[in-house]
Amino acid sequence: MLPEFNLLTPQTLAEALDMLAESAPDAVPLAGGTNLIVDLRDRRQCPAVLVNVAELAELRGIRQENGHVVMGGGTTIAEMLNDPLIAQHAPVLQDAARIFANPLVRHRATVAGNLVYGSPAANTPPPLLVLDAEVELASQAGVRRVPLDDFLVGVRETACRPAELLTAVRWPTPAQHSAAAFRKVGLRKSDAIAVLNVAVRVTQRADGVCEQTRIALGSVAPRVIRARAAEESLLGQPLTETAIAEAARLAAEATRCISDIRGSADYRRRVTEVLVRRLLTQVAGEVK
Amino acid sequence: MSRHTISVTVNGSAEYVDVPSNMTLLQMLREKLALTGTKNGCEAGECGACTVLLDGEPVNACMVLAVEVDGREVTTVEGLAHDGQLDVVQQAFVEEGGVQCGFCTPGMLISAHSLLDRNPHPTEEEIRQALVGNLCRCTGYTRIVRAVQKAARGRV
Repeated sequence: MLPEFNLLTPQTLAEALDMLAESAPDAVPLAGGTNLIVDLRDRRQCPAVLVNVAELAELRGIRQENGHVVMGGGTTIAEMLNDPLIAQHAPVLQDAARIFANPLVRHRATVAGNLVYGSPAANTPPPLLVLDAEVELASQAGVRRVPLDDFLVGVRETACRPAELLTAVRWPTPAQHSAAAFRKVGLRKSDAIAVLNVAVRVTQRADGVCEQTRIALGSVAPRVIRARAAEESLLGQPLTETAIAEAARLAAEATRCISDIRGSADYRRRVTEVLVRRLLTQVAGEVK
Repeated sequence: MSRHTISVTVNGSAEYVDVPSNMTLLQMLREKLALTGTKNGCEAGECGACTVLLDGEPVNACMVLAVEVDGREVTTVEGLAHDGQLDVVQQAFVEEGGVQCGFCTPGMLISAHSLLDRNPHPTEEEIRQALVGNLCRCTGYTRIVRAVQKAARGRV
């Protein structure tokens, strides 16, 4: 049995923001429910009010706008997986969506929910971090944009304030000569929480010199992190085997792993190095 | 706690149900509409025993609030057979022995049904991917996959 709460169903975003503000901090938005309903059942959250934002048109849709891809926060993982714009501009996000939980969850779970929940093992933050994504947070006070890297704070902790709603995720349309990759290690191929996951993106000049690198690591720290020292080590040089090996070593050094039911800290650190090396090698060959 | 009167089409018939805000779709189906074919397993979106179609898409009924299906269409395992005739997926499960204890079967049938609607000729890998969210703890997966393959041939 779920605990008791009042359920409100706003018709517009403005109405939803009013409802959230009126009952803050004791109101939470409900979209896919794949985290929230389970938390309610287990009494990890007991809000007095749920505001059902699942049907709000303002949170839907994926479009291009001023050199950016803008994805509504209510976009489900299944929608992301089938969207032609995402396929064209962010296939790395689809690699993460393809192995997101299972098909039943993918039909309900939303990208906003995946980010706001603040799990260090979540699938969408690593690819979105390497895409330099920002999140749009709306409240009665207006809309603010926060880089995803500042939004993620700790285990189940984000920069989202009470009465704020994550309405969209946006990132610059990646350059043509940029390539990205994602890999998740789980205890089985599907329907598994990540032991760790890694996303990388590299932009190279025609002569092979690296102009920009992004490396994001999940499940190896209290939040999904960027391996900045590793990224910087590759700048201005060609992606040789030696340079890639050094970047992978630095990435593993950036982790703050714990041992848990899914893997030991030592295993996570070692596999981080291996995966970063493999993914960088893969994208170095792919960049046009 | 708020109460809501919702109108929902379940297996083709219009239902008007009075539900409290904290009732899940799974509870509504089983306790209000006596449709006990949909099973209560993990209540956490991991086992798929409660799989139903919501506007044609397979979802875990344990993680959907009843209020959310207001104005929408739900299909449960009871909606697959017509006029006492099993549908082709159900018949294939019977013929191939795709059932052991039976607890996962309603969810398996709904997921398989949804797959074949989208992809009438799935490969074995596509069948396994479509059933990833439906766990069979008797581990009878081989026969379940075979049953879906047979159903695919039968639908042609």
